[in-house]
Amino acid sequence: MEDKDRTRLIEIIEKFKEDGLISVLQKIQDVFNYLSPETIVMVSKYMKMPLSKIYGVITFYHHFSLKPRGKYTIRVCKGTACHVKGGEENLTRIKRLLSIKEEEVSEDFVWGLETVACVGACALAPVVMINDEYYGKMSLHKTELIIDHYKAIEKTGEYVKYEDKVS
Amino acid sequence: MKIRSVNELSEYRERIVKSHNPKKTTISICNGAGCLALGAKTLSELFENDVKKRNLDIEILKTGCPGFCEKGPLVTIFPQGIFYSKVTSDDVSLIIDETIIKGKIIDRLLYEDPNTKEKIKKVSDVPFYKKQTRRLLSLNDKIDPTNISHYIQYNGYSALSLALFIPQDEIIKEVKKSGLRGRGGGGFPTGMKWEFLKKENASVKYIICNADEGDPGAFMDRALMEGNPHLILEGMIIGGYATGSTEGFVYVRTEYPLALKHITIAIQDAEKLGFLGENILGSGFSFKIKVREGAGAFVCGEETALIASIEGKRGMPRPRPPYPIKSGLFGKPTLINNVETFVNIPYIIQNGGDDYAKIGTKTSKGTKIFALAGKVKNTGLVEVAMGTTLKEIIFEIGGGILGEREFKAVQLGGPSGGCLSSKDLDIGVDYESLILKGAMMGSGGMIVMDETNCMVELARFFMEFVQNESCGKCVPCRIGTRKMLDILTRLTKGKGKQEDILELKRLAKLIKESSLCGLGQTAPNPVLSTINNFPEDYRVHIEEKFCPLCKSKGVFPVRHFKPEEPKKE
Ligand SMILES: Cc1cc2nc3c(=O)[nH]c(=O)nc-3n(C[C@H](O)[C@H](O)[C@H](O)COP(=O)(O)O)c2cc1C
Ligand code: SF4
Ligand code: FES
Ligand code: FES
Repeated sequence: MEDKDRTRLIEIIEKFKEDGLISVLQKIQDVFNYLSPETIVMVSKYMKMPLSKIYGVITFYHHFSLKPRGKYTIRVCKGTACHVKGGEENLTRIKRLLSIKEEEVSEDFVWGLETVACVGACALAPVVMINDEYYGKMSLHKTELIIDHYKAIEKTGEYVKYEDKVS
Repeated sequence: MKIRSVNELSEYRERIVKSHNPKKTTISICNGAGCLALGAKTLSELFENDVKKRNLDIEILKTGCPGFCEKGPLVTIFPQGIFYSKVTSDDVSLIIDETIIKGKIIDRLLYEDPNTKEKIKKVSDVPFYKKQTRRLLSLNDKIDPTNISHYIQYNGYSALSLALFIPQDEIIKEVKKSGLRGRGGGGFPTGMKWEFLKKENASVKYIICNADEGDPGAFMDRALMEGNPHLILEGMIIGGYATGSTEGFVYVRTEYPLALKHITIAIQDAEKLGFLGENILGSGFSFKIKVREGAGAFVCGEETALIASIEGKRGMPRPRPPYPIKSGLFGKPTLINNVETFVNIPYIIQNGGDDYAKIGTKTSKGTKIFALAGKVKNTGLVEVAMGTTLKEIIFEIGGGILGEREFKAVQLGGPSGGCLSSKDLDIGVDYESLILKGAMMGSGGMIVMDETNCMVELARFFMEFVQNESCGKCVPCRIGTRKMLDILTRLTKGKGKQEDILELKRLAKLIKESSLCGLGQTAPNPVLSTINNFPEDYRVHIEEKFCPLCKSKGVFPVRHFKPEEPKKE
């Protein structure tokens, strides 16, 4: 770990220590993308907590990742409303388009695919989130358009917001 | 600037009201998570730029979710109340040219009643809204949730300014009189819970607002947090005062980034103006509220697991007693209420418990927000008086079933609830009636299914969900749900046998009786209710070893399951 990362990490731990372990881990994951063994050792040291306890917490919650995550994390909703409206087929299509499986990251770390229980946009089922953006009423066609859109962003390096012309 | 007394609050409000010109043209754009998914962010920017470019004296209001997400992005023009739905970025300059400048209504953007094909101009005339009783959601399309002045303008924090100067017992008495019951699922009388905490003799007591909303398919708490976060804070502060608590926590699930942002801003603004902090409004009462973010575990909605999670531990439920009221967060007496429960409090304080109890049924008072989703025409948030029938909600407010299909089932109460068939459509929603039929109010998720949905597959889906979310602490839930899932999976593959139904029922009984927490105790409900209400679906899987609905997904011809005729009494 580089020195400046280490300083940043210690800062985070000290700042959020009061709020408890989960808040600390969340902030670290926000900044460092995932929870690496090195960061966890530091948390253990600075919060004076056994490693086993910290791993126990990390593995309990779906939100924490011990592996590096993709640049674009696609979260497909698997909640009831999305399920009855065909969310499953969407997931299959995305897997095919990106050649990755659920809870996997592509080899180049560009794509990550996760499933979530519900993102609270059930009226627009089926729903997909890419990083912090929501996408609703996902037909198979729209799914393809959006994936293509992000592939283009990745290629050109220029972020353009997806314009919904389908629904 | 801090507001230090009730008088100062009235003066502050008067200034806001005076400076606000009710006749000024306002373009209100929904910026809730649903509309954002459909492009509301770009749309708002385009409106802002266009208005600026043309130098128009118009207010752009970015609101939270009023509930009709399916028709989003929503744009409402006040003071006329002209309601446009499914607005795209191409419509922006047209709306400004035609509606704002020339005062003409654009027919194409109006909402069309799916049944009568009538175009509806005003938001108040849209059938989806018209048949609702919107008490809790009423401000969602009128205020910018990140602007505390808007909330104060509409009488925000006036319930607090009343409450802080009435004896604590009087407040608890009003809450009891109102008949308000917990909206988190269990339906425990709120006034009684508050009284228990008030009676605890301790120097530190906590209040927790449960905003974990784990039930997939429910999103009312999300809409309340995003659209009107101060209403939640006001309810919590009143609760804090009435029970003699010192600190509050809001536990928000991490899947709701916008809700988290808005509640955090609301807390900061309330602190700045002095609704939180020391000596609130000069009453001598001090209170603070902190936000804690969940980390993606359904079981953390359960109160003891939630407490463990705030303490930074694995979110595992523990046996009760001791109840959190006696020994909760950090071992201190703790009250946990749901978001929607707290949101009812300001109304009760302002209008009195008796007034509140005027609507509802004998055992369930007030209104309840349901998240109507699935195969209905109008999906979205529906706030109705308790006792409204399922038929009214699904067919009148919801506009009936999508396409030319037939109603088959409605699922209530999420993974703890059950599925009802057409013979139950006449029941009015209240805690008791739903339980009697094998479903549950739960948090208010209401998912409608049509003839193409297979109920065995749905039962399998819920079992997979609880199996995934089971914390694994106790055997009946961990292993029992696994076994039930295996059987259901086998059934959906056409490999089931007759004895499977008996085995499912046997396991269900065992799990219900011997699990530690509510997750396990209610996990078999979706299976039992589908076995009881949709025996034909199970029969097909077992006897014919083939279900066209499971297999189909649009490939095989869809077989027609006629819903049962309603029984004549
Ligand atoms: C597995 C499980 C999940 C739960 N999830 C939630 C939830 O997401 N939100 C909620 O308010 N209550 C949830 N509850 C109920 C809470 O334990 C608690 O009863 C409730 O928050 C009390 O608030 P109320 O009295 O206002 O209803 C859940 C219970 C169980 C057993
Ligand atoms: S019933 Fe299930 S979720 Fe609840 S404590 Fe037991 S294993 Fe955990
Ligand atoms: S069920 Fe998919 S967003 Fe709620
Ligand atoms: S998010 Fe806009 S109506 Fe719900």
